[in-house]
Amino acid sequence: MRYSLSAIIRNAATGHKHWPKVWKNPEPKQSYDVIIVGGGGHGLATAYYLARNHGITNVAVLEKGYLGNGNIGRNTTIVRSNYLCSENSQFYEHSLKLWESLSADLNYNVMLSQRGALNIFHTPAQRDAAIRRGNAFSLNGIDSVLVTREEVKKLAPLVDCSPSARFPVLGGLLQPRGGSVRHDAVAWGFARAADRRGVDIIQNCEVTGFQIEKGRVRGVETSRGPISASKVGIVVAGRSTLVAQMAGLRLPIESHVLQCFVTEPVKPVLDTVVMFAAAHFSIVQSDKGGLVFNGDLDGYNSYAQRGNMPVMTGVAESAVSFMPRLSRLRLLRHWGGINDMTPDGSPFITRTPVKGLFFNGGWCYGGFKGTPASGWTFAHLIANDEPHPFASGYTLSRFETGRVINENGAGPQPGRH
Amino acid sequence: MSGQSHRLPSGGRIDRSKTVRFSFDGRSYEGHPGDTLASGLIANGVHLTGRSFKYHRPRGITTSGSEEPNALVTTGEGGRTEPNVPATMVELHDGLVARSQNRWPSLSFDLMAVNSLLKPFFPAGFYYKTFMWPRSFWYRLYEPAIRRAAGLGTIADQPDPDVYEHSYAHCDVLVVGAGPAGLMAAQAAARAGARVVLADERAVPGGHLAGEAIEVDGRDSAAWAQGICDELDGLENVQMLLRTSVFGRYDGLTFGAVERVGDHLGNDSSGDLRQRRWTIQTRQFVCATGAIERPLVFGDNDRPGIMLAGSARHYVNQYGVLPGRKVVVATNNDDSYLTARDLARAGADVTLIDSRREKDVTGHALLPGETEVRYGQCVTQTCGKLHVSSARLADISEPDHIRSELPCDLICTSGGWNPTIHLLSHCGARPKWDSAISAFAMAKVENGVHMVGGAAGTFELQKCLQEGVAAGVAAASACSRKARKPAAPKTEKLPEYRIQPLWRLPDTISKASASFVDFQNDVTIADLELADREGFGHAEHAKRYTTLGMATDQGKLSNVNAIGVLSELRGTPIAETGTTTYRPLYTPAALGTLAGQRQGAEFRATRHSAMHQWHEKNGAVFTEAGLWLRPYYYPREGEDFAAAVKREVLNARSAVGMVDVSTLGKIELKGPDSGQFLDRLYINSFSKMKTGRARYGVMLREDGMVFDDGTVTRLADDHYFITVTTANASGVMQHMEFCHQVHWPDLDVQFCSVTEVWAAMAVAGPKARDVLSRVVDGIDLSNEAFPLQSVADARIGDAFVRVLRISFSGELAYEIYTPADCGLGVWEAIMEAGAEDGISAYGTEAMTVMRTEKGHVAGPELDGRTTADDLGLGRMMSQRKDYIGRWLSQRSGLTGAGRSQLVGLKPITNSDTFRMGAHLVTEPGTIGPDVSQGHVTTSVYSPACDHFIGLALLQDGRSRTGERVYVASPLHNEQVEAEVTGPVFVDPDGERMRG
Ligand SMILES: Cc1cc2nc3c(=O)[nH]c(=O)nc-3n(C[C@H](O)[C@H](O)[C@H](O)COP(=O)(O)OP(=O)(O)OC[C@H]3O[C@@H](n4cnc5c(N)ncnc54)[C@H](O)[C@@H]3O)c2cc1C
Repeated sequence: MRYSLSAIIRNAATGHKHWPKVWKNPEPKQSYDVIIVGGGGHGLATAYYLARNHGITNVAVLEKGYLGNGNIGRNTTIVRSNYLCSENSQFYEHSLKLWESLSADLNYNVMLSQRGALNIFHTPAQRDAAIRRGNAFSLNGIDSVLVTREEVKKLAPLVDCSPSARFPVLGGLLQPRGGSVRHDAVAWGFARAADRRGVDIIQNCEVTGFQIEKGRVRGVETSRGPISASKVGIVVAGRSTLVAQMAGLRLPIESHVLQCFVTEPVKPVLDTVVMFAAAHFSIVQSDKGGLVFNGDLDGYNSYAQRGNMPVMTGVAESAVSFMPRLSRLRLLRHWGGINDMTPDGSPFITRTPVKGLFFNGGWCYGGFKGTPASGWTFAHLIANDEPHPFASGYTLSRFETGRVINENGAGPQPGRH
Repeated sequence: MSGQSHRLPSGGRIDRSKTVRFSFDGRSYEGHPGDTLASGLIANGVHLTGRSFKYHRPRGITTSGSEEPNALVTTGEGGRTEPNVPATMVELHDGLVARSQNRWPSLSFDLMAVNSLLKPFFPAGFYYKTFMWPRSFWYRLYEPAIRRAAGLGTIADQPDPDVYEHSYAHCDVLVVGAGPAGLMAAQAAARAGARVVLADERAVPGGHLAGEAIEVDGRDSAAWAQGICDELDGLENVQMLLRTSVFGRYDGLTFGAVERVGDHLGNDSSGDLRQRRWTIQTRQFVCATGAIERPLVFGDNDRPGIMLAGSARHYVNQYGVLPGRKVVVATNNDDSYLTARDLARAGADVTLIDSRREKDVTGHALLPGETEVRYGQCVTQTCGKLHVSSARLADISEPDHIRSELPCDLICTSGGWNPTIHLLSHCGARPKWDSAISAFAMAKVENGVHMVGGAAGTFELQKCLQEGVAAGVAAASACSRKARKPAAPKTEKLPEYRIQPLWRLPDTISKASASFVDFQNDVTIADLELADREGFGHAEHAKRYTTLGMATDQGKLSNVNAIGVLSELRGTPIAETGTTTYRPLYTPAALGTLAGQRQGAEFRATRHSAMHQWHEKNGAVFTEAGLWLRPYYYPREGEDFAAAVKREVLNARSAVGMVDVSTLGKIELKGPDSGQFLDRLYINSFSKMKTGRARYGVMLREDGMVFDDGTVTRLADDHYFITVTTANASGVMQHMEFCHQVHWPDLDVQFCSVTEVWAAMAVAGPKARDVLSRVVDGIDLSNEAFPLQSVADARIGDAFVRVLRISFSGELAYEIYTPADCGLGVWEAIMEAGAEDGISAYGTEAMTVMRTEKGHVAGPELDGRTTADDLGLGRMMSQRKDYIGRWLSQRSGLTGAGRSQLVGLKPITNSDTFRMGAHLVTEPGTIGPDVSQGHVTTSVYSPACDHFIGLALLQDGRSRTGERVYVASPLHNEQVEAEVTGPVFVDPDGERMRG
């Protein structure tokens, strides 16, 4: 059933008894043209665009748990496209453009909210670095505006802009089109749209191995039996290293915990997304009223999706120091997701040494905003066995040549980005 | 007792000898010490306390603990404004101010309640299907409206005047929960000599016993609990933390907790300690967190005056208030019979409605003879506007046929009790369905964790006490504290707890009413049905789709009911419906408390050099670098930034200047392998450098990019001293530690960061030698005796100094290192000695100007993406030894064409300026991925050239000298033409610094 005004009115009148399942739960078939391993945002987007852009619909998405249990439902939901490296800025700008029409395309409201993303700087050196970035964005056709302290005050009155602040605000770099998206809706919207185009979405189906013959992939082993396919895409975010290992691949990826924090809901106090140069800290207020924070990685490698107290402390320190009025607001909940960190901070959308086996991962902090473009370009790669021009740099071989895409100059230890 | 209409004439554990005044929504009321805001409001007959999140339904006090979903208020004023506080957790004190929230214009007349009428259009997940047409309306109209309507309370409009701190506790046994089981565990462990911490979030000990009228050990239960607590409080090995909510358990039996130190005192002077965050590290954990009651789900089960059964008697017994006089107790288990008994004893007219058959019930023995009990019946719906006025009853077998309607002003409901297992869930323990108690319990727990009492699903008091004793003994002996097992005290015999789950009534009940599962977020049975219909029937999906369990109570009342409902809808056993993971925080904690002392000015250390006072006195404007405040420039009367910097530069270039360089990272190395260690860290060699010499060095990262630069000084055969950049000081230290410990543990070298030990200053300019010769004792500073790159120890006055002849500015220059406590004296001595030559201090900007004129690189050029060769330092890369980064720096991507290389820039028109962060383009006005060919890393006005100059990283820059490029800053709408030059603008042969 297409969602429309008349459908809503009809259903409201009949007590909402006739809405169909948002996606079916089919039994897995014995074989598919393409198998996507991982029912997160990227996997579902890939399946959708395989069907939509390439007409490939005999596709299964295999998800080990319930759909959307991973990072797609655990992240801070910030979207923006202001990336310094040209390869990244092209890719993320394509993604932002897809976000802008996604609700209409999917017939599902993903609640894109472009209230602006603001990076605040405190010192002349940070300002100069921001100018460098802002000019790079502008030259790449990405909206960006340098704002003064006075303008920061207006954009984010919650932020302490007084000269007595420990890190006084000097100004900021704003991407007006940045903002946030309702994360679960992205998973559900892509799932529904893919399902409507004939993709099988199969939950509780863990991939436990790969069938590889003579360097070619033939299918996968799963907790629900073997399934064959001549093309398989691995899109499992924080579990990339573990799943790739089953295919004999060792990836330049480390898994780290990143925590997310949300406060009790309060009346609107912050419109824009705000990030601070003085600490690894970002904040956005959700449509429900909770303030959502991010801080540093937890500082050790882990596959456990939970975090510890030191980062919570750091986040609270940042919150009340940058925004002193938050002191008595209470933190409601925190959880962790596993970030697949790479040595240069940029992702992979790539072939692998196994023919027919493709890999998408290494998204570090930035995979949510990349979801639509990741699906778009990965579908292109799987369908054509040729990288999409916007993602052609995201190869595994870039570390052999040194042509890395080092977004913020950190590295090569993945945890430093 | 003016106005306290619902206060019982006697009873309760409050202090009736004193009266406190408080206000709610502007009206003032009276209560007693020992009351909570909730009991105080009930005493005064206030039942309507809030509005729900989505539909703005009127709501009242539902519980007596931290699980309260409905009675959320805003307390305090100004900077002490605190939104969303459960009235059940606020201790009454004189002057307490509380307000209702999420209503307009007033609590009893809330216009936002129209949302309730639109309910048919707003079921769960309605956002996702709607608001898409026309497209632009979403961000112009719908979303702003949704945002405005969201949220509950409002945050403070000023900073918080109160103070917070962190404390740490280490113990053998942590007991969380001071109920019967927890008290026994703590007592047994403490008597065995274990170091015990006992924490409970309530102000009084006893857990649910504080609200019971039963006997333990022949005494009133609350008095008994207080007695144990007093005993424990007197023991040296016990730390009692009442008013302390343990909010989370983390890896390795680490716990976080918040102690409410000052909230209940009502202090209003600023600077008082309000709350303390505890980090508790324990060897054994006794989880005695009790159980939380769940409500029954029936039509309009959310009206003010509908309360959990256990809480209702808690109000009677602990606070001496009667929440209602005409009472319906609706239940499916035997615990509620205690409620019926206690309310009846307090004078209420009680009817008990039990959905079970009489033969399954054990509790009737408790009831006074006149209490009416109706078995096999249930409440299906309620009436009332701002307060419940009647309950409609039906037979459980025929729920859509209303048998009778009972007028009432209080409905006590109980759907059973859920063990409070939240603290264990975060670290991976999985709850299991226990059909004997119709609740989830922890089936298996790890070593070192003991579940006791209600938390373990034990609802019989005598057994709770026994389990507590056993766990206390076991925990103590696991810490090698031997104990004799004491006997648990005897309690009054209570009926056995039995239950028959009742998740929902068949949905034939009146369409006009709503059956709430999650109160605060307004999630109804119909929402869960819709979620299931649309494929969101897994507990985790239902939660996200309907927002069930995501309110401030985090589903403490709703989660298990929802799972029960979903399992019925799906026809799957509960065990297969799935659970959600309870995450911290068990009770939400204020950000200020979690931050503790490190906030505001103390957020991060502010570092001052030893000469800071002098800089302040001499009018320095400071800038921050790596937490240090460094003099940026020293403006004199009438000077702006540009004028001051120009004067400072010209003075250093023509006479002499001095700059504070204390912030440089400093590391001292000793040991026979020090030289070799440095050879492996730096691209150039130091093991062959002579003692008494100093040299510039560059380090790479493993990936071949430049990591850091600085000087290396050899003080003795086996003794080196290095400086590293200010911002990278700790990073380099970590890198060295890693290399030594992991790569080359065989090297005999020790090193230590001495950044703070030394003050440092650079004296630069043609008169530098003359000035220093007047104050430095013990070295001949002549060019022959002390050439460039020399090092020697000497004295200035009484102070030890180490003099390095090294130049960043390009002038004849010396760096003076002296112990930090001598820094100010040495600085002043040099200033005095230099007065006749016109010495003046210069700041970091003048330093930047001079190093830019000389083409020396610094932070902006070392941005983590440049190779030594990019920076023109390729010659330094030794071919004769191995060092970190050597091999990866030879990859084609780091050596081939197209690398950005360091160049100089000068404007074509002398008066033109350009800024750092501008980009270099050849075709102005175009946009695209290849338009930028580089960027300006540093730009300054050069007094020597009398025009702007810049350093830039430009694609293949070294081969483009003489080319014209555009320097564009589209952010500023600026663009000027410039010529590519070599990076050195002043004294390319280095004669000045050698002179
Ligand atoms: C706390 C946090 C905050 C973040 N904030 C942001 C942000 O603000 N902006 C932003 O752009 N990015 C953000 N990110 C990053 C972003 O969330 C991720 O990069 C992105 O969601 C990852 O892609 P995904 O959605 O496909 O991953 P996931 O949702 O994790 O999907 C991977 C799926 O693979 C499944 N899977 C794993 N192994 C197997 C197997 N063997 N068989 C079958 N299935 C398997 C998993 O169950 C999972 O569902 C954040 C991440 C975290 C953790």
